[in-house]
Amino acid sequence: MREILIMTLMLLGAGLIFLAGIGILRMPDIFLRMSATAKAGTLGIGLILTAAALHFNEFGVYTRVIAIIFFILLTAPIAAHIIGRAAYFDGVPLWEGTIQDDLKKHYRITDHALYSGEIPPEEILVPQKEADDFSEEPE
Amino acid sequence: MDILWNIILLFIALGYIGAFIRLLRGPYLPDRVVALDLISVIAMGFIVVYAVRFNQVNFLDVAIILTLITFLGTVAFAYYLERRI
Repeated sequence: MREILIMTLMLLGAGLIFLAGIGILRMPDIFLRMSATAKAGTLGIGLILTAAALHFNEFGVYTRVIAIIFFILLTAPIAAHIIGRAAYFDGVPLWEGTIQDDLKKHYRITDHALYSGEIPPEEILVPQKEADDFSEEPE
Repeated sequence: MDILWNIILLFIALGYIGAFIRLLRGPYLPDRVVALDLISVIAMGFIVVYAVRFNQVNFLDVAIILTLITFLGTVAFAYYLERRI
């Protein structure tokens, strides 16, 4: 009975990690890719760690697993938020099917300033960026 | 039971391959950072599965350290990305 529970949790966790890999490969945009990997990766790791705790069934393992899951739940959204913010500031273009970009009229890319009112249109620089080419000269 | 373990390891390996292809293809630097983040998460899952499969409790400590270092690395990459414009 316990084995069945452990293997079910492990299979679900591994399947979610597989879905995270599919998502990062197939999504059209960095922001959509992050929304796939952050959630699926976190949930998959949580299920696998729960299965490990049930398998070992020791007090030390339970505390360690709870610590890891708590830390992952704490840091994974923060990491995704920071990377998304850095990517938007860096000028990575959105997917062409995006229908709403709330920051577009309130954000000036030259000095990273945010305004609650609208910025005049001549100061808006729409993020236009070529793909990274590592053959260019370092500055 | 062995078939189930093989299926679990196959799923993890396929996720690893997907993240690695995205790491190679890019096209932007933040894409690669996200792929590295996912690769370390998948490596942590693989370590835990290995610990359960071969009854090695001590490998869970490796997972703890990997979690800490992954978060620090991601924050450092993001800081570098914001400052390089």
